[in-house]
Amino acid sequence: MAAEGPNLGRRRFLTATTAVVGGIGGIMIAVPFIKMWLPSERAKAAGAPVEIDLSKLEPGQLLIQPWRGRPVYVFKRSEKMLATLESEESRLKDKDSKLAEQPAYIKGRGRALKQDIMVLLGVCTHLGCGPKLYADAQAEPFDSKWQGGFFCPCHNSRFDLAGRVYQGSPATSNLTIPPYSFIDGDKKLLIGIDPAAGAA
Amino acid sequence: MSKTSAMRAAFAGLLFAIALPIGAATGGALQQSDVDISNKASLQRGAQVFFNYCASCHSAQYMRYSRLIPDLNLTEEQVQQNLNFLRDPLDATQPLKIGELIRPSMSKAQGERWFGKAPPDLTLTARYKHGGADWIYTFLKSYYLDPTRPSGWNNSLFLNTAMPNPLWEYQGTQLPIVKTHKDAAGTSHSEITGFKSAVGGTLSEADYDGMARDVATFMEYLAEPAALQREKYGVWVMLYLLLLCGVTYLLKNEYWKDVH
Amino acid sequence: MADERITANFPGVAGSLVNWVDQRLPVVDFWNKHIGRYYAPKNFNIFYFFGSLAMLVLVNQIVTGIWLAMHYKPSAAEAFASVEFIMRDVEWGYLIRLMHSTGASALFIVVYLHMFRALLYGSYQKPRELIWVLGMLIYLALMAEAFLGYVLPWGNMSLWGAQVIISLFGAVPVIGNELTEWIRGDFVVGDATINRFFSLHVVALPIAILGLVVIHLAALHEVGSNNPDGNDIKKFKDETGKPLDGIAFHPYYTVKDLWGASVFLLLFFFVIFFAPHFGGLFLEWDNFAIADAMVTPEHIKPVWYFTPYYAMLRAIPEKLLGVIVMGGAVMILFLVPWLDRSPVRSMRYRPTLSKVLLALFVISFVVLGYLGMQPGSTVQTWIARGFTFFYFAFFITMPFWTTMGRFKPVPERVTMHE
Repeated sequence: MAAEGPNLGRRRFLTATTAVVGGIGGIMIAVPFIKMWLPSERAKAAGAPVEIDLSKLEPGQLLIQPWRGRPVYVFKRSEKMLATLESEESRLKDKDSKLAEQPAYIKGRGRALKQDIMVLLGVCTHLGCGPKLYADAQAEPFDSKWQGGFFCPCHNSRFDLAGRVYQGSPATSNLTIPPYSFIDGDKKLLIGIDPAAGAA
Repeated sequence: MSKTSAMRAAFAGLLFAIALPIGAATGGALQQSDVDISNKASLQRGAQVFFNYCASCHSAQYMRYSRLIPDLNLTEEQVQQNLNFLRDPLDATQPLKIGELIRPSMSKAQGERWFGKAPPDLTLTARYKHGGADWIYTFLKSYYLDPTRPSGWNNSLFLNTAMPNPLWEYQGTQLPIVKTHKDAAGTSHSEITGFKSAVGGTLSEADYDGMARDVATFMEYLAEPAALQREKYGVWVMLYLLLLCGVTYLLKNEYWKDVH
Repeated sequence: MADERITANFPGVAGSLVNWVDQRLPVVDFWNKHIGRYYAPKNFNIFYFFGSLAMLVLVNQIVTGIWLAMHYKPSAAEAFASVEFIMRDVEWGYLIRLMHSTGASALFIVVYLHMFRALLYGSYQKPRELIWVLGMLIYLALMAEAFLGYVLPWGNMSLWGAQVIISLFGAVPVIGNELTEWIRGDFVVGDATINRFFSLHVVALPIAILGLVVIHLAALHEVGSNNPDGNDIKKFKDETGKPLDGIAFHPYYTVKDLWGASVFLLLFFFVIFFAPHFGGLFLEWDNFAIADAMVTPEHIKPVWYFTPYYAMLRAIPEKLLGVIVMGGAVMILFLVPWLDRSPVRSMRYRPTLSKVLLALFVISFVVLGYLGMQPGSTVQTWIARGFTFFYFAFFITMPFWTTMGRFKPVPERVTMHE
């Protein structure tokens, strides 16, 4: 029988220790529950990289391929089209793609690994509609000085041939570029895999 | 000790006595397979036999090829070249995508036409068959020649199975040793008590034994791939919980000093 | 009319937050009444852990159940594959599934021990009869919940077990066939059945169980806990009104239950990580084959926690009578507070006859449970009949034997030992 009162110091120490050990346990048990929400193997298999054959792609031609549930636009650009990229820059919101979502290895105004093949996600950065390709440089109802690019019919956002957004568009950023690389000596595109590195 | 703790001890003893026979393995007819799913070499060999000799007719429809990479210490190349013999339905030059579920080359309709019954899925055989891996191991060793059967094969563990012996080239062929006896009523019963080799296979008996064990090991893994990880994590969880028990015990004792 | 309730007045920022809430919702009074100044007998022994453990396991079932429902597909076509999907393709899915399956068995182990405590110490006697009745309702709800949950993986035993149990309702005279069709939602146990069982298992019964548990605890707190000596701690109080043999639930029992929970978790997770099938008792082998109406399992039997009642059902040769006996075995438990005429609550002070009979009752329950798991034989059926008879005799003759023999004097104050 203790003659003196309870040892408050010891109680505080033991309570604190139990709280810490219990807290560790709490984190340990929380991890599986949180991680269980991550994409399953089935989702990852369905989201696996897709291969696109480029051998038959003509300049000015657009190929649309689903990847992870969204359309990937693969577009062949001619020299003439590439020339318009610089001249339109005064009309763009983010010509250097500072705010754009694109892999670190995508640089420059062309926003592509190889300038003649443009790869981007066909999802308007405003509210998600599918922009339409208007490749030819001619006056259009939505832009009298149109030099070619993508026009989104939902709310009239405009993007150039490198997917960069025009001023006056409701969209605030350039079209997203997915991870991709070339395989089979540049004859095929592999969407979802970075060049010479692991999977996206 | 007091009456209640005596009762408790008796109760616990009773439970234990009940649990023992329930936990025991079923059937004296099964041979011990001693599978060890942590043995990667065995898993790899078993996988090789499985995909070469079983997966052409049987699916393992709850398992993906991609899982074999981390679990069996293989690369994607190795799996696609040595274990995956199916082609991508959209591009016949490519193997079936690594993330796909394991399916057979033979369709269900073909199976029914050729064997009378589509070959069952094998993913969970090591679980629903009483005896599990031991059953599979014994099954693979129990085939014998039987001219009365359409396939020419029968199996003493699974009488009148429609399945022929997939590994006969390795095991060779064997004939049953049959013992007949008359029971009290005078009816004669015959049972197979063993086998004698008819024509030898490419493997010795010990080596074929090992092959059967490898297949049983692989199928045990197939039935629950998570078993590999859960035992590993379990050790850490036990250590943590022992610590927690210790700390909470000290805390409880400290406060209960007040109570007398 | 002015509000007379005295509200909290804690200092500091956190304190003022509590004060703000307390002025609008009596949280501090609630804390004091049920935790901080709720006095429980100081002599609780090991049997008194199982109530809080039952709550812990119930929380486990609900949380793991919610997570499983994120990936499980409640249709006859997809259910089985979705469970394998959870075991293989979902990160940590196997752990959450095993926590749920082991938890179901753990819940029954804990609940049976919890009920046994009541039989041991007369915790169902006046004024605690309602607590017992509510507890029995929780037991019924748990049995229904477990049965429904077992059908969901859609293994072969899920299907055939459901066939058998639902067909019992066919024994009801006049409306039997219509009733079974109404339960199934189809002519056979199939997609309609599994889908509605999912809804009942995930929504309806958990809500009912939670509600019953709350009322069960409220009824308990109204009269206060019993204790292993069966005497009334409220008889002797100090000047402040605190029972002399009582201790505040917090910190003494919060700290003790924390330790008890840790020990339980050690055993619980040991099974989960190293022996989740438990020899086929917790995860039955037959249920690893997909449901197949063309293939009857060699031996249809319910999960271990139902087998005592199943043994009774099989022991009776006539279907309707068998159902009545099986149902009666559960329902008779409701009457225990009124069948027990003992002047003394706790077995500690009851005559030897009572102790022997209780021990024999436990043995009957366990033996019947074992028999219910076996395929059955003539000898076993006769043994089952014998023990079924004893089971009912135990209750029916209870008003008589509970007054027979030499009772020991019940101490006025609680005794602490062990």
